[in-house]
Order: sequence, then structure tokens, then C-alpha cells
Amino acid sequence: MNENLNYYEKVGLKVGLEVHQQINTKQKLFCKCPTIMVENGNFKTIKRFLRPSKSELGEVDPAALFEYMKHKEYIYEIPEEASCLVELDEEPPHELNQEALEVALMVALMLKSNPVDEVHVMRKVVIDGSNTTGFQRTAIIAMGGYVNDEEGNVEIKTLCLEEEAARKIAETEDKVIYRLDRLGIPLIEIATAPTIKTPQQARRVALRIGRILRATGMVKRGLGTIRQDLNISISNGARVEIKGVQDLNLIPKIVEYEVQRQLKLLEIRDELIRRGVKAEELESQIIDITEILKESKSKLIRKTVMEGGGVYAVKLRKFKGLLGMEIQPNRRFGTELSERAKLMGGVEGIIHSDELPGYGISQEDLNKIMKYMDVKDEDAIVIVCGKYENCKRALEAVVQRAREALIGVPEETRAANDDGTTRYSRPMPGAARMYPETDIRPIPITEDILNKIKSKLPEDPEETIRRYIVKYGLSRKLAEELIDSDRGKLFEEIVAKWSENATLIASTITYTINSLKNKGLPVENIKEESLKKIFDLISRGEMAKEAIPEVLEYITVNPNVDVEEAVKILGKGGISIEELEKIVREEIDKAKDVIRERGMKAMGLLMGRIMGIVRGRIDGKIVNETVKRMLEEELKSLKQS
Amino acid sequence: MELSEELSHYGELVKKKLSEAGIVIGDRVRVIDDTRVYEGILMPRPILGDENAIVIKLPNGYNIGIKIREGTRIEKISKVKHELKTSIIKEKTANNKPKVYIIGTGGTIASRVDYLTGAVYPALTPEDLYELIPELNDIAILETEQLFNIFSEDMNPQIWCKIAEKAYEKIMEGYDGIVIPHGTDTMGYTAAALSFAIRNTPIPIILTGAQRSSDRPSTDAALNMICSTIAASKAPFAEVAVVMHSTSDDESCTAHRGTKVRKCHTSRRDTFKTINGKPLAKIKPNGEIIMQTNDYNPRGKDISKVNLEAKFDDKVALIKVYPGISDEIIHYLIDRGYHGIVIEGTGLGHVPQNMIEALRRAVENGIPVVMTSQCLWGRINMNVYRRGVELLRIGVIPGEDMIPETALVKLMWTLAKTRDMKEVREIMTTNIAGEINVRSHYEV
Repeated sequence: MNENLNYYEKVGLKVGLEVHQQINTKQKLFCKCPTIMVENGNFKTIKRFLRPSKSELGEVDPAALFEYMKHKEYIYEIPEEASCLVELDEEPPHELNQEALEVALMVALMLKSNPVDEVHVMRKVVIDGSNTTGFQRTAIIAMGGYVNDEEGNVEIKTLCLEEEAARKIAETEDKVIYRLDRLGIPLIEIATAPTIKTPQQARRVALRIGRILRATGMVKRGLGTIRQDLNISISNGARVEIKGVQDLNLIPKIVEYEVQRQLKLLEIRDELIRRGVKAEELESQIIDITEILKESKSKLIRKTVMEGGGVYAVKLRKFKGLLGMEIQPNRRFGTELSERAKLMGGVEGIIHSDELPGYGISQEDLNKIMKYMDVKDEDAIVIVCGKYENCKRALEAVVQRAREALIGVPEETRAANDDGTTRYSRPMPGAARMYPETDIRPIPITEDILNKIKSKLPEDPEETIRRYIVKYGLSRKLAEELIDSDRGKLFEEIVAKWSENATLIASTITYTINSLKNKGLPVENIKEESLKKIFDLISRGEMAKEAIPEVLEYITVNPNVDVEEAVKILGKGGISIEELEKIVREEIDKAKDVIRERGMKAMGLLMGRIMGIVRGRIDGKIVNETVKRMLEEELKSLKQS
Repeated sequence: MELSEELSHYGELVKKKLSEAGIVIGDRVRVIDDTRVYEGILMPRPILGDENAIVIKLPNGYNIGIKIREGTRIEKISKVKHELKTSIIKEKTANNKPKVYIIGTGGTIASRVDYLTGAVYPALTPEDLYELIPELNDIAILETEQLFNIFSEDMNPQIWCKIAEKAYEKIMEGYDGIVIPHGTDTMGYTAAALSFAIRNTPIPIILTGAQRSSDRPSTDAALNMICSTIAASKAPFAEVAVVMHSTSDDESCTAHRGTKVRKCHTSRRDTFKTINGKPLAKIKPNGEIIMQTNDYNPRGKDISKVNLEAKFDDKVALIKVYPGISDEIIHYLIDRGYHGIVIEGTGLGHVPQNMIEALRRAVENGIPVVMTSQCLWGRINMNVYRRGVELLRIGVIPGEDMIPETALVKLMWTLAKTRDMKEVREIMTTNIAGEINVRSHYEV
């Protein structure tokens, strides 16, 4: 750990975290629609365009302009049960949802954050179409506070309440389809200061914030309901925002890979400076090389030409060897150029000279291109195929990215891949993209509201975990599992009646259920009442604890059968000691010869046979003791006779 | 802006503390109370809310409100330099493009946001318009003038006249079309007024507006302005029309005849509908104009027949009938010297029995009474039921298929010409500007 810390200290790693959590309110943040997802239906649609707003300072936000430059048309699907004219941007927003505000304040108080005295809702310009208005409504609810962590407390910068974006259903070259059900669901955004020092600390802080959010009992669960963004930078690098990380366990890897990426980009920058490359020498002069390659055997090029497209190239002076350089596992500097080309030009990708000959382009082809384009040995070229307009935009984007290599790390927004690497998504939005939402009046946070919330503040989840360990003797892992599975409350209800079996209860409602889930069984059919019933039966000796998995499995598949019936059907009704003794007696009588021959060594055989009959109906420990006792008695009487 | 005006919504405590520290709106300040310290730019206060909560814009762009108490300290950190950049795109001059004159009346068809303060500024110079809506560059050469800057709800007949005079002047100067950005609430009334006030226009006079303010990326103003400019530049009709979104989609606009158009939704983009008629045309942002009717005045070059009749008598009332309505209101209008009354009756054009005598008194006093229907859709017919026949007998003028607002504007216009009851009846029942269709078409 210390060695680790030293390394990251040396590279100057700074990580800031943004956690976005959907709140499970009845209604959306600015209208009365329910917060539900609609999966199927014949939806009506509307078609819209968005334009970047220009500020008085004559600036257009770079991220906003970028989306506009993509000339996208936005189609919105309108599920009637989960959207109204507010989502369609056809009606002004209603008042801010009070229930959502109270949840946000609750989280703020748990984080020791200071609520503002008056909430001002802002419009944050976002023109990727995910908000029909072209902006996201967002407001600071509280500032300050901290998350405690073993490597040092991490300060909370802001806690905001904002509206969730529409969900993207499909995207083509010229349009994006969104569905309006998700738009407007309240979202809490918690941003930490960029003072996280190691990859592991980033994961722990995210986990801790997630637990605090869940402790309110008022957040949505399931895929996509919580997302984290990471802001990562190193010394001499730049702030890169990685959006939409869903798996906490991926966080350390993403941080490590981004450090690696920025270090490599700095290496490339130093090499370019050493080679004396100047930004102005990187011209986006696009050369048509279709004719040069007309004899080429490359299938890709033939196909392009047959479809009426062309082959175009630019020269990157003195870039030879750098495009093939790996900057993240399986991702080269060329990959970064390629991503820009794809996004801006809609081309399928790029071919660069560091990977040639290849793609069916022969050395001979390459020589011809190099001669035609007057490419020196130290230069690199980038080739794209397709319609001229697309290729032009793609290659201009490539040259732009190559120029940025001279600064080192460009500030940008990236998206996480499943393996922890990242891909380009857009330029970093500028700071100047916020202005007041004049349709909503300022909302005062009064002492009354704060006192009301203070009186029902949930226990800090760290405290809950400690209590489970101390009071019920759970292992830390099991206690955490309980917290993260959201079944803490159920656990406490059951354990209140039956505290000597805390570990069994905890592991049943976590591990046992999880393992059924992993088998693909519909565990949502297990009602809390059923779990309570099971432990009731066990405590009365009417069911053996060994039968728990089998009974639960039966209930998941037969949700209409109640627990007692399931126990009966499965023949798992408990048996008394007397009944057990009767069975043991019978088995001993049947195995007299063996017992005479092997003495106590017959124990294994007997246990096997008896457990075959009584498994799941009485505690195995009791069976073991009974068989042992009766076998000893049997041997004693044999000896005497 | 004056300091006093900017601080006007702050309470006394805040004003005192600010003036002691020499702080004005726009300064970078530090606010310190017991446990908290905030830094940001001091913002003006919205009208509502706690007047002793100061609003500051944090470096991250968010505004927050901080309650100021006796013990709170406010310090000035620095003065913020605030330079306004002018537009960068210059008007492209090409002589073959149509010339369109834009008469600003208020509301904002285009605006800029000052993210530093959050203020929204209207933009109405041609340069601003070209920069904010670059498509306009390819359509027409624009000239602009901000004639008024008032809310739609504050419009009145005097202002209609000023707008009509300005439009007339520009017609005579030879423009190819006129666009009048206007608040949407009373745009229908102004459209009707201009329809009557400018006789025989040879060019289109287009009113347009926005249901979503022009500072937002999703504004409908841009498409409305593009389609309006297209209509003004080259539409084949020479009439007063409202051009706004056809549907909720950003796909096309519809040109509605100025005397048949009504705002029908409080907030939707496609709020304007043509009532009792067909819209003039559908206009697409690619320049396509698809006429929806053959019945229109064609565009021409002849300005010799243009006539300005911009006078309105504002002593006219529009009364909506409802169950239990008292006749007092009619007597009041007569006693207060009103010159005309438009009734928005029920169904085919009815009023309750208790109003008959009052209306008879009005007519006998030389106050014309015009009947329209609160159904909006359909034509008045007072021959079907006895009540209607009674109303006809006392001299109530049937408003045919006019929408009530248009009948009101028309009666104001008519009464400015003549108070002769016979002449008023003659004008009110004759189609002047497309306000009356003698045939009711089946529309789906």
C-alpha cells in the first residue's frame, strides 16, 4: 500500500469522484409523472433539433458546439404512462419535488455537508439531445462535508439535486432516438474534491458514498440507477473526465489505466518536441489517393471504390512510429486518432502507416502513396475511406488530435470500456454553460425542514456494520454484505427474535439468496414474510436449518405455495428426537453384522444411511450425537453379551 | 443599470452591508458566517423569496442563496471586468437576395445569455440574427428595427396603429416582405388588426414568436424565424399571417391567415391554429412553401393600391356569456358610453333571457352588438331557435364564422370609420380581410 502510495504521489495523481444516484420518489423532479421505466409499447414520437446558445461573451461551449457539429436529429419516444408535456419541453416545469429535496438534505446531513439557505435551480447546457430542453436542471443543495477513509478523509465539494437525462435507445449517423421515461427522475450528484490519492481509495470512497445513499432507503436499485464519473489527472497531464462507470470494482483499474495513458501521452509529447515538430506544420491538407490505389488488392479499398467512395489521406510530419505506440492495454495512440475520426466523420476507422503494410495494402501500394504524397521516412500518414465530406471531417479531426499531442494530454470527456480502458466521447465542457432556471422560484431551506430531517436521520452505515459485528458477532464481510444487499432491516427484524443464530440468518438472506439468483432463479419471489416464517419454523423445531436452500428454491419456482406447505411437500417437516432414535434403532438393527465386525468404525456407514432419511428435517449435529451415543450403547451391550 | 435598481429586490440589511463594503452587483465577494465561507459573484435578487438571502454565483457556475444575519460578514474580493464581445459574423451582401424588414415589438426571437450573470439579452441587430440563426444568411438580406419592447399582454390598439404605420412605410419602400416578432399571447389580435389596417398589401406581413424562450437550445424561435423569413421573402401570398410551428416537431411551420388564427394552448409550440378555414401554407426550413389553399391574395409589385387605415376605436367590449350572467354588465357598458359590444354567445349565438332587454337598450342607443360563438368552431345562426330570432329582431348583428377576437378587432376598426348603425352592419357582415368564409368547409 505504502509503496503504491509513493508511486502515485510521485506521478501526482489526483482523483475526484462524482456519484450520481437516482432517487426513488413517487414523482419526477419537476412534474407529477411516476418514476418508472417503460420497456414496451407503440410510442408516439417527436422530432427535434438543438442549437448551441451563445453566451454574451461570444463563446459557445465547446462540448455544446461539438454536438451541434454532428448535425444530429433527435427523436423522442413518448411513453404516455411516464411522461407528459414537461418532458416534451412543451410545458414549463412544475415546482421542485419536496420529497426529493428532503432525501437530498438527508444525504447532505449524513455527509456533514452544509445545506445552502436558498436553493437556486440552474440550467446546465447539454445539447447531446438527452434533455429535450437542451439543458439539465440542477441545483446545489449543500456544500462541504467529508467521507472518512483509511488513507485520509476526502472532502465533499457539492451535493446537487438534478434531473436525470432521457435514455438513449438507438443512434445512427444522423439521428439519436431517446425515450422520455427516464428524463426528469430526481438524481443526487455528490462531487468530491480531487484529493483522492490512490486507485483503491477511489473505489472505497465510491462504496462509502453509495452505502450512505442506500441507508436513506429512498434510492433506486438496479442497473444504471447509480453511476460514477471519475476526474483523473497527473502532474503535467490534464483533467480527464471518465463518465458512466457502473461497476465499483472497475474503478481502481480505470484509474491505473488513465495514469498509464497520460504518462504515455507525455512521453509522446516529449518525443515530438525532441523531433522538433511544430503545430503549424501539421496541416490538414487532404489528399485524394483513390487513383493511386486503383490497382490495390485491398478488399476494403475495392469495396469503397465500388460503393462510389474515395480513399483520402493526410500526412503527419515526423510522427513515424508514434501512432503504433501502446498507451493503454491494446490501445495505441492511433486508436485515439481513430476515435475522433469515427465520431466527427462517421467513418469506420483509420489506417495509419505504422500498421502498413496491412489491411491488404501492400508495400508496393505504400511506396506509391508515399511518393505521391511526398512523405519522408520520418513522417506518418493516416488513410480513411468513404464519402469525401465524411473523410474530410474525419481527417481534420485526426490532424486536430495530432496537434493536441504537442500539448500532451488534452482535457476531454471519455467513456469507460468494460476492461477498464476508456474511449473518447467529447471535449470537456466549458465552465460557462450555466444560467438560472427562471421558471422556478428560489426555494428556502428552513430550520423546520432541517429539524424534521434530523429527527429521522438514518444510522451511518459504518456504524451499522460495527453494530452487526459487535452485537451479533457477524464477520465484517457478512455485515457489509447485509448492508450492500439492502436487507439490513429484515435481518434486524428476524434476529430480534432469534439472536443466537445471527450468522445463519445473515448468511441466508445474503449468500443463500445470491446463490439461488446466480442459478438464474427468480429470487424476487421470495417475500420477506416467507423468510420470517422459515426462521419461525426452525426455532420451533418444525424445520431443520439444512432445508433452507431447498425450501427457498421451491418458493422461487412456486411463488403461490406458502412456506409451511413447501416444507410439507418437500418432506422437510422436522422430526423429534424420539422419532430420530427410532430410525437410528432400526438402522443399527439392520447393520448388526457390520457393527460387530468394525465397532465404532461403522459410524460413517450408519451416518450416511440415516442422513439419507432425515436430511433437512433435523439438525445434523443432533443426528451425529444421537447416532454416536446409540452406537456406543449398542457396542457396550454387545460386549456384555 | 443603476445600482439602486439592481439591488432593488434585496432587503435593508443586505443593502446596508453591501454599501458599507462598497460592493455592487457583479463584484466578486466573500460571505462569512459562523461556520461557512462562500466566494462568488454577487448577483441580482429574483423578485420572490427571502430578501435577506444574497445570491452569489460560485466559480462552478451555480447560484446559491445565503441568508444574511447581523453577524454575517460580506467582503469585497475584486471588481469583475465584464467586456461584451460584439458579433463576429458580418452580413454577407448579395444583391439578388430578397430584402426583408424586421419590426421588433418585444419578446425575443433571438437572445444571448450572459453566463457570468445569467442575464438574457435580446438580440435584434441583423448581425446578431445571422450569428444566432446562420440559416437566415442564405434566405434574405435583413434590416431590423426595435420599434417597441413591451410584453404581449400590454399590447393595445394604439400600438397596433404604430406597427401598421411602420409596416406601411416599409411596403412603400419596396421590401419583399416584413417579419414582426411578437409575444404570442396577443399575437392573434395584432394579426387581425394589421389585416384590417393595411389594405391591399402587395407583400406578406408575417408575425412570429416563440413558445420556448430563445436563450435555450430547444427554442422554437429559430425554426419560426427561419420559416417566417422564407415566407416574407418568397411566399406567393400577400397577406398578414402568423407563422409558427405546425406540430410539436421541429419540422415545419404553418402560415395562418391573420384574421382566422387563435392561440389555443398555453405552452405548446403548435399553439396557433386556423379556426374556420384552411391555413395558408406549410413552410419548411429548406425553403419549400406548400400552399394549403387556392384562396389567397397573390403577391404583387403594385404599391399604388396600398391603403393605410390604421384607426381603432377602443371603446368596444367583448363579453362572454355564461349561465347566470347578469344584464348589469351590458347596462354598465351603455352607461359608460361604450361604442360597441361583441358577445361571445353560447352555441349558435344565444344569450339568456334576462339579457334581451339590456341588448335592446344598447342597440336603441346606437351601440352595435355583434354576436359570435364561444364554440369558436362553426358559424353563428340565429334563425334556428327562438332566442336567436329574438336577438335578430332587436338588431343584433350575426358575426358569421368570425372568431370572437377578430370580431372585436373588426368592430374597433369599423367604429373608427363610422358610427352609422347601417354602415356598421354592412361592414361587419361583409368579408374584408378573410375573416368571414361564406362557405363552411368540412375539415378533419
